[in-house]
Order: sequence, then C-alpha cells, then structure tokens
Amino acid sequence: MHKDNQPLIFEITKEGRVGYSLPELDIPEVDLSSLLPGGLLREEAAELPEVSELDIMRHYTALSKRNHGVDSGFYPLGSCTMKYNPKINESVARFPGFADIHPLQDEETVQGAMELMYDLQEHLIEITGMDEVTLQPAAGAHGEWTALMMIRAFHLANGDTQRTKVIVPDSAHGTNPASATVAGFDTITVKSDENGLVDLEDLKRVVGDDTAALMLTNPNTLGLFEEDILEMASIIHGVGGKLYYDGANLNAVMSKARPGDMGFDCVHLNLHKTFTGPHGGGGPGSGPVGVKKDLIPFLPKPVLVKTEEGYHFDYNRPDSIGRVKPFYGNFGINVRAYTYIRSMGPDGLKAITEYAVLNANYMMRRLQPHFDLPYDRHCKHEFVLSGRRQKKLGVRTLDMAKRLLDFGYHPPTIYFPLNVEEAMMIEPTETESKETLDAFIDAMIQIAKEVEETPEIVQEAPHTTVIKRLDETKAARTPVLRYKKA
Amino acid sequence: MKHRYLPMTEQDQKEMLDTIGVSSIDELFSDIPEKVRFQGQYNIKPAKSESSLLKELSAMAAKNADHKTYASFLGAGVYDHYKPIIVDHVISRSEFYTAYTPYQPEISQGELQAIFEFQTMICELTGMDLANSSMYDGGTALAEAGMLAAGHTKRKKLLISGAVHPESQDVVRMYALGQSIEVVQIPTKDGVTDIEALSEMIDDQTAAVLVQYPNFFGQVEDLRKVETLTHNANALMVVSSNPLALGILTSPGKLGADIVVGDAQPFGISEAFGGPHCGFFAVTTKLMRKVPGRLVGETTDEVGRRGFVLTLQAREQHIRRDKATSNICSNQALNALAASVAMTALGKKGVQEIATQNILKTNYAKKSFEAAGFDVVYQGSHFNEIVVNVKSSVTSLNKELLKKGFIGGFDLGKVDETLEGHALIAVTEQRTKEEIDALVQEMGAFRA
Repeated sequence: MHKDNQPLIFEITKEGRVGYSLPELDIPEVDLSSLLPGGLLREEAAELPEVSELDIMRHYTALSKRNHGVDSGFYPLGSCTMKYNPKINESVARFPGFADIHPLQDEETVQGAMELMYDLQEHLIEITGMDEVTLQPAAGAHGEWTALMMIRAFHLANGDTQRTKVIVPDSAHGTNPASATVAGFDTITVKSDENGLVDLEDLKRVVGDDTAALMLTNPNTLGLFEEDILEMASIIHGVGGKLYYDGANLNAVMSKARPGDMGFDCVHLNLHKTFTGPHGGGGPGSGPVGVKKDLIPFLPKPVLVKTEEGYHFDYNRPDSIGRVKPFYGNFGINVRAYTYIRSMGPDGLKAITEYAVLNANYMMRRLQPHFDLPYDRHCKHEFVLSGRRQKKLGVRTLDMAKRLLDFGYHPPTIYFPLNVEEAMMIEPTETESKETLDAFIDAMIQIAKEVEETPEIVQEAPHTTVIKRLDETKAARTPVLRYKKA
Repeated sequence: MKHRYLPMTEQDQKEMLDTIGVSSIDELFSDIPEKVRFQGQYNIKPAKSESSLLKELSAMAAKNADHKTYASFLGAGVYDHYKPIIVDHVISRSEFYTAYTPYQPEISQGELQAIFEFQTMICELTGMDLANSSMYDGGTALAEAGMLAAGHTKRKKLLISGAVHPESQDVVRMYALGQSIEVVQIPTKDGVTDIEALSEMIDDQTAAVLVQYPNFFGQVEDLRKVETLTHNANALMVVSSNPLALGILTSPGKLGADIVVGDAQPFGISEAFGGPHCGFFAVTTKLMRKVPGRLVGETTDEVGRRGFVLTLQAREQHIRRDKATSNICSNQALNALAASVAMTALGKKGVQEIATQNILKTNYAKKSFEAAGFDVVYQGSHFNEIVVNVKSSVTSLNKELLKKGFIGGFDLGKVDETLEGHALIAVTEQRTKEEIDALVQEMGAFRA
C-alpha cells in the first residue's frame, strides 16, 4: 500500500485544466438568462475540481492502492460472505443490452431484460423453496422492511390490528430490529440458550396474539444451525405469526436445507453476498424477497409475469403493498447474480455450501486450542471465537484485529454477535484455498503467542499500514464531513 | 467437483476432514434435522462454460433496444448522458469493487477518501452543509427525508408536490405507511406546484413540504414562495433535485432547503433498466445527527497524519438497533464512486457547460416542436424535459418511432389521465440537432 499521504482531489486542482470532452454544441447558442429568468441561474459556481484525465486516473489509482478488497487478499469478514467476484459478471452487466436500457421503455423493447429477471426469480424460487420472488428491494435491509410491510398488510387484511410485535433473537443483525421499527413494529428480543440457539422456553414466553413475526437467521450469526427450527415454526404459526428468514447466511445451506421447507413464510436474500454481487465498497446490493402463497397478493408492484405474448409488468394488484423502490430493483446486480448462478449450476451451488462449511470447520478446529470457542459443535459457513482469554492478558479483540492488518488480511467481523464477549466472527467462504486458510491460521496462532509474550506488538498494531489507528472520538466530536478551501 | 471458482482438491478435502475428525462432509450437516434436509439437487439449469454462457447472455441482451443502437428521448428521471470513459476504468479497479464497507479504516483509506470527496462534491452542487455517503436511489432518499422531517418536527403530515416523480411519490407513501405518517399531494398548476393550494394546505401539523427541482415535467420551479410558506409553518423544506442541473441552477441550499436529496445517475451511472443508481442525501448542520446512512469524516492518526473514518455511527442501525430511525446498511458506494469520477472529470467548468447544453437542447427541441405545429403545454423554464401534446396514443407513436431508430418519450397518460396523449420528451446533450430534427419530423408525419 502507498505510504504517501494522498492529497484530496480538491488539493491538486488548477484553474484552466479540464478532464472532459462534451459533445459539440450543434445548435445556436441562446442567452441563458432569457431561458432561466428571475434568479434561477446560480451566481457562484460549484467548486468541483479542475484536473486533467491523467490527474484523475493517478488520483484514483493511488486511492485504490490504499484499499483492500477480495482481489487484494483474504477477507474473512463474518456474515458478509466475501467470496471471489467472478469477472464474467462484470462483462455481462456491461453489455449495452443490459447497461444501456431505460426502465420505462415499451415492454416489447426490453423482453431480454425481463426474461433474465423472470428466470432469476425462477432460480431463486427453487433455491429458497418459496412460491414467488420479487426483485424490487435494493439491499438486504430494504428486503427485510419490504417483507415486514407485507406481513403487516397480511395481518391487517385479516383484521389482526393487534399484531404489533416483531421478535428477534439477541444474536440478530442490527438491521432486523431497525427494519421492524421502520415498518412500524415494536421489537421483542428472545434470548439464546447455552448452546447458542434460540431459547424455546423464552420464545414460548414472548409470543402471543400480538406477535406479527419472528425474524430468524439460520444458521444464526454464531454460524450454528437452529436445530429446533420446525418447533419454532410451529410456535410462531400456532399464535398466528409469520416466520421471516434473514438470508444473509444462505451460503451455509444451499442444497442442504431450504427456508421454504423449514417453515419460513418469507425470506430476503443478499445477492451481493451469496451470489457475488459484488460488494462494491459498501454497495450497491440487491435484496430480493421470496414469499409463500398467502403473502403473494401483497408483493410490491409491478409483479413480473410471463404470458403467451411475452413478459409483462402487472400493475393490477389491488392488495399489493405498493412500490418500495422506483423501477424494478437493482437490475445490474441481478444480472451479475444470474450470471453467477448459471456459471455454477446445481452441482456448483451444492459444492459452494459444502466447501464453505468444510473450510469454516477446518479453521475453527485448528484455532480452537488458541482461542476460546464458546459453542463447541460443528459450525456452518462461519464461526465465532471469543477473545476473552486474551482480554485477561490486556489485549482486546480490536488489537488482534488490527494486528492481522500487518499480515495483509482483512480482519474478521468483531464485537458481533453481541452475545459473545470480545467476539471474532470468521467466514472463510468456499473460494479460498487451503493454503490461504493455513497461512491465516498461522498468523492467528502467532498473534495469540504474541499476546502472551510481547503484548505491546499487538496493542500497538497496526505497524505496516499507510496510517496508524485513527482518532474516532475526534472525528465524532468535531465532525469534518467535507473539504473546505483553506 | 472441479470449478474455476472452487480451489478445493480431493487431497485438501481429506486433510481437512482428518483435522476436523469427521469422515465426510455430510457429517458436518448432521445438525440439520432429517425432516428439513433437502434431498438431491436443485432443479435449475445446468452450469454453462464461460464461452457458452457469454454467448447465451449476449443473445439475451441483444433482444433489448439499447441506447447505443437507438437515439433515446426517454427520461422521466433516468437519463442518457455523457459518461466519461474514465469512469468505468476507475470503478473496474477491483480494490474498490471487491471491498465491502470500510470498517477497517487503516486498509480502507482509498474508499473512505473517495466517499469524503463525494460528500464534498454533493455539498458544492446542492449548497448544503453536509451530505452522506449515498442512499439506494433518489426515490428512497426522498422517502427517508420525509421520515427524518416527521421525526425532527414531531409532526405526522407530509405535503408532496404533484410534480414530484410519480414513482418517488409512491415510495414516499410506502415508507410513510409503516410510520403512520399522512402524505397529501399538492396539486399542480401549469406543470408546477400550485402555490395557492399549498398556502391553503400547509398547517401546524405539516412536517415537511417535498418538491422536485427541476420537476418531473422538466419545469424549473421557483422555490422561493415554497420556502416562505414552508418555513412560516415551521416545517422543513425538502428538495429532490437533479444534481447535473445544479451545475447551472441556483442551489436548493441557497434557496433555503433543509434537506436536499436526489439521484446521481446523470453523473456517469448507467441507466441499467432502472438500477442500481445512486441516491444522495444532504442537509443543514442542524440535522447532522439525524442523517440516515453512513458518513465519512476527517480525523488524524496516532502520529498526526490525516485520515478518514466512518463517523457519527451512533445514528445507525448496527448501534441503535430498534431505536434507529433508518434501517439502511449497504448503500450504493460503487456508484457514488462512479459519480465522483464523472463529477471530477466534468469539474467546475464542465458541469456548467453540460448543464447549459441540456438547457439549450431542451429549448431547441421545444422551439422545433412548436414550429412544427405541436402544442408544448407548459411554458416555464425547461430542463431536459418538455411535455408535447401528440393528440394520439403515445404508445402507438413510440412503436412507429422505434422503427425509425428512436426510443420515444414517456407516455404521461400512464400516470395522469388528464395528460392522455401527451409525451414527456427528454433531450440531453447526447442528442444531436440531426436527431432532434428527425424526431420532430417523424412525430409530425405520424400525426398527419
């Protein structure tokens, strides 16, 4: 990584330089103030940079060298499924027939795009075991909220106005309770038991005729499969609630167990995780939602249907919750996901899950002697270690994460889930080789040793990155959120 | 199985199973109850090789009428603009696109600095104090702005102009539903927000007035009256804006907006059948701690070097959980990067020039339609869009235009029955004089 401080683009600007080539103006010029009278024209120009094309390329190339992606090295960020992003996806998404089409063109002129969307839906229906899928939500959290709004509409249609509570486990992703709040529900937390699974007795205690839904990730955020899933489904369904599947961890169960067969009524998927979106530095994602039959009437509109004349967007859906996003979802990401699924096929999707789980268990067993493993059983695609043993020696999980940077790795997800002290959540994915896993494990073991012998090396890490630890308190106390000319 | 994305060998597998102490991969799944265990394989299409998949998907893509082949006069919120070639080269650097949210700032300075620059450029164009790192799109950004306003003012009513994009209006209503917020539409008059109606509708229960600038019909509304009425009622003024137009228009910030949102798609982002695009969200300092989504801030490291971090995270869902006011997590980072590159390439001069070209071309088209005897129904200041009365089915017209190599305008009858037979024609700097002249001629021929 580049050690030199990279100036802001605004600091290398020079009046008179340009980086653009606009089409020739082939019509007569007219005085703008006659077209935009009465103060509509801005008096002060927006201070955008003035730089040449090479300046721009060098600037962003330098920035890219100060950034770690999956292509740079191992990225075992738990719950995020940082697998390899196939390059064919990028090529296909850039075909003019996919990239340069407008969402409001006549349907006859975009049948190829609609065919792709429809076939992707069909594939996702089979993969999840649901009855129908919408591609409209833009990301996982958006999918959660979409599905909760459908559940809300379902209960209201039944006259169940009292169903105001959504139950989430204490190990849930933060988006689950936040989505429930945005959808107008109150959140109830259900505890985990000593095995890291949902405590059935506590679940029975918190359910009632005010239960709208239980949101569940399976395997959960500890990487453990909720073995009592059928009983949980019957508890929720018994009180008239709906069971919601957070698909963040679908990579763990493809071809092994489908949400639809486990009793889930709806599911969101993160196409940028399981289906190689890619992650884009924080998005764009895509968060399709699958539902069982009794939620179909409430799907957001338009609903993509196949007729004898071709594909068609159906707006005539009287019970639909409405529109959750302009147009039809993050099509460009859906193209990539479709390309990936078609590259893998049924054998490939099965192998993904098997190798992802094998990799995770292998790492877990090799690291077990060196760190605390709060839940000692087969994990699925990820596992959670606790740094409490190291904490007693004065070294925090944060320190160990920072030390991993010196070895060229992105650290695991840390301090999540919340029900494990000093948590480190490790997800290797299936695209990493045994050699990569072994090298990472060796680094972790070395760090554990350093904690005992030379803790300051870990406490003062990182040592090799372009900057040292940053003052986050200062950033929050005196926020500087934009550049201003000195 | 062998696959180019899966490095596992038989030997690896054996060694790993030995280390774990199990004899088969299946054993690792023994915790999945028999009853829910999926048997066999998915009934989906078999895998295809790289070459044959490329062939199949390129044939599928070729079924679509794309804007490399057809001259598009379709806008309505999504535009065919100059996309500097350099944009794709930058966002194809996989250090950017294969990374995730910059949780570890020491190895994410590239992404963080790029976002900080994006935030700055959005502030410059909108005239606001701060901007976040992006939202899903303009529609959901507007909805979140409405939710913020309701939370901030503790009022439960939003007034939204009928000249806001109809799909964005739908999304605002959708978000409002969950929060039990009332959304009332302000009528339009001559293609702009009806100020008299607004003055009668606004009251002490109004959290915000939501307008679009330039609006759905391409009209550049005079926001000063909206501002006076809104702030007199102690409500917030929310402006949804096309950032490219702001290269030349007085910024909403200067006109008193409290929140400015919109979509950065006009800056280097593919139309891509409607997404992914890139919402933005900018506010005044007083609303800083209520902004949804991620913010990047400047700070220093232990030895005093400048660096960037995700900041003010106490607002966000992963900290506040059910107390969070927004659930947004992943946003549109890569598209924010694309927009940054395009804004940088255009720069201070280019953004004025491109906005000017759009105004000139729109007005050239307007004059041409009028000269050909068409009624262009709204007579204010235009940006990108004009409403042309074609006095016949826009759908039939568009079918004819397609045969001549054009993608015609948006059929306004689809969203407003009083505008049956009216086309919303979009003209950007990409359309040549020749194409505009030919379109007018073909539409004239169709009418005759």
